[in-house]
Amino acid sequence: MTDTAAVTGFDSDEKPTGAHNAEAASFGGTGMKIAGYVGMVLVFLVVAGPLFWIVVTSVKERPDIYTQPAQWWPAHPTSDGYHSATTAIPFWDYFRNSVIITAILSIAKIVLGVMSAYALSLMRFPGRNLLFVVIIAALMVPNQITVISNYALVSQLGWRNTYQGIIIPLAGVAFGTFLMRNQFLSVPGEIIEAARLDGAGPLKLLWRVVLPMSWPTLIAFSIITVVNEWNEYLWPFLMSDDSRSGTLPIGLTHLQNNDGITNWGPVMAATVLAMLPVLIVFLALQRHMIKGLTAGAVKG
Amino acid sequence: MTASSDASSVAPRSGPSAPVGPPPRRSGRPYGEWLLAAGLLLPNLVLLVIFTYRPLVDNFRLSFTDWNIAAPVAHYIGFENYKTWWHDPNSHEVLRNTLIFTVCAVGISMVLGLALAILLDQKLRGRNLVRSAIFAPFVISGAAVGIAFQFVFDPNFGMLRDLFHRIGIQVPDFYQRPGWALVMVTTTYVWKNLGYTFVIYLAALQGRRADLDEAAEIDGASAWRRFHKVLLPQLRPTTFFLSITVLLNSVQVFDIINVETRGGPQGYGTTTLVYQVYRETFVNSKAGYGATIATIMFVILLIITVIQVRVMDRGMHRD
Repeated sequence: MTDTAAVTGFDSDEKPTGAHNAEAASFGGTGMKIAGYVGMVLVFLVVAGPLFWIVVTSVKERPDIYTQPAQWWPAHPTSDGYHSATTAIPFWDYFRNSVIITAILSIAKIVLGVMSAYALSLMRFPGRNLLFVVIIAALMVPNQITVISNYALVSQLGWRNTYQGIIIPLAGVAFGTFLMRNQFLSVPGEIIEAARLDGAGPLKLLWRVVLPMSWPTLIAFSIITVVNEWNEYLWPFLMSDDSRSGTLPIGLTHLQNNDGITNWGPVMAATVLAMLPVLIVFLALQRHMIKGLTAGAVKG
Repeated sequence: MTASSDASSVAPRSGPSAPVGPPPRRSGRPYGEWLLAAGLLLPNLVLLVIFTYRPLVDNFRLSFTDWNIAAPVAHYIGFENYKTWWHDPNSHEVLRNTLIFTVCAVGISMVLGLALAILLDQKLRGRNLVRSAIFAPFVISGAAVGIAFQFVFDPNFGMLRDLFHRIGIQVPDFYQRPGWALVMVTTTYVWKNLGYTFVIYLAALQGRRADLDEAAEIDGASAWRRFHKVLLPQLRPTTFFLSITVLLNSVQVFDIINVETRGGPQGYGTTTLVYQVYRETFVNSKAGYGATIATIMFVILLIITVIQVRVMDRGMHRD
C-alpha cells in the first residue's frame, strides 16, 4: 500500500522522466515564480537563522554575548565555550551513555520489530490478527500515561540510574512492526512460494529471501529508530539523576540548570555538540528517513 | 533471540548446489511453525504487555488512590482526585494552555507544511537545499532545540530582541509573561516539527494524480479553484493522517516545556496536561493525583481520536 512514487524522497529533480511524473501543475507564471523564490529564501532564513545564531554564540567571548546591539559575527572567536561545556558537566560521560543506550536499544528494536513483523506477515498460526492488533494498539498509548507505574516498577527493581532501567521499558516495538509487516506483505507471493518449494524453512526464508528484498524499508526503520532513541527525553530524564546513565539531552538539561541565561556561551556550545551527530547522520541519510516516515502516511 | 542466532548459522551456507534440506512439509503438523511464530512474537509482546498495557491499567487503579511516590502504600480514596482536579483553578489554566498550544501547534504546522510543500513542489532552483533545511530540525532533540530557542527568545540578549529592535519594535518579556511564554513554546514546537508535516504533504503531492490537475487547468479553472476543488480533496487522507499524528505528538510535548519554562512563568503559565502529570507526580510527589490527570488526558485523547475518525469517515462517504 505504500509503494508509490510518493516515497522517493527529495530526489525527484534528478529523474524528471520517472514513470509517475507527477510534477506539480504550477500555480502561476513568472510573477509566481519570483514569489516562489522569495518564499524559499524567507523559509531558509527562518530555519537557518536560529542555528547560525547559536553557533555564533558558542564561539563568542562572554562579554560579546551580553551586549546590545547583538554581534552577528564573533569579534573575538574563542573555543572557551566548548572547553567549559565539556568540563562543567561530564559531557563525554553523557555522550558515551547516549551512544551505548541508543546502540543497544536500536538493535533490540530492529531485531524485535523484524521478528514480530515476520511472524505476523508470513507465518500462519491461530490468533494472528488479534496479536497484530494488540501490538499496533500500543501506538495509541502515550508514554506519559505509562511512566508513573513504570517508574515505580523500575525503582523497585533497583534499576534507576542504570542502562537496563532505561533500555528495557522502551524496547517494545509497535511502529516498526507495522512498517516491516507492510513491507514483508509486499514481497511477491510467487517468490516466497518458490523459495518454500526449494525447501527453505521459515528462518531461511526470512534471512535469505525476505530481508534482502526489504533493505530500503529496513534501513528507513533503522534510521528513524536511531534518531528517535538518540532524542528520547522523558524516560531517561526520570530514570537518571546524573551522568551514571543520563543521556546527552539530560546532560544538556543539567548544564542549562547551572549556566542557562547567566552563561549562554557554554550552554550553546553543548547544544551545538548535541545537535551535530544527529544532523550529520541526517544529511547523509535523509532520503531513507523520509521514505520511512512517509510509508504508511500516503495511500498508494 | 533464537531468530538471529539461527539465521546467522544459515547464512554462510551458500553455493549453487548446496544440498537441499528436507522436502517441504507444509501439510500435516504446523505445530513447529506455531512454536517458531510464538518464539518470534513473544519477546516483543511481553515487553509491550509489561511496559505499556500493565501500566495503562495500573495508572487507572492508581488514579483512585492517594499514593505518594515516596511512600510504600497507597489508600483507596474513590473519586477524590478527580474532584480535586475538577475544582482546582490551576486545572482550568492547564486545560486552556493545552487547548491553545495544541490547536496552534497542529493548525500552524499543518497549514505551513502544506503551503511549503506546494511551494517546493514547483520547479525552483535550489529547492532540494531548502527542502532539507526545513526537514533538518525535525531530527534534532527537543531538549537541544528548546535550549537553543530559549536563548533566541532571550528578552535582553536574544536574537529576536535584536532583530525587532533594529526595526524599532520592543519585544515582550517571553520569560516572565505567561501568554508570551506560551508563544515561545509554540513557536519552538512548530519550528522543530514543521519538517514532518512538510515532508508528508510533499510526498502526497508527488504521488497524486497530476492528470486531474492538468484537466482542471485546461478547463480554465482558477488557481484557487484548482487548489480548493482538486488538490485538497486528493490530499484528504494525508490531512486526516497528519491531524491525528500531529495532535497526538503535540499533546505529548514534554522536553521543550521542561527546558524552556518548567511549566511557568507565574505558576502554571505554560503547563499543559502532560507537564501537569509530571509536576504533580514527580515534583510534588502526588503520584495518585498525577495518575488521575494522566487518565483524564488519555480519555480526552481517545475521544478526540474517535471523533476525528468519525468526521473523516463521513467526509470520505460524501464524495
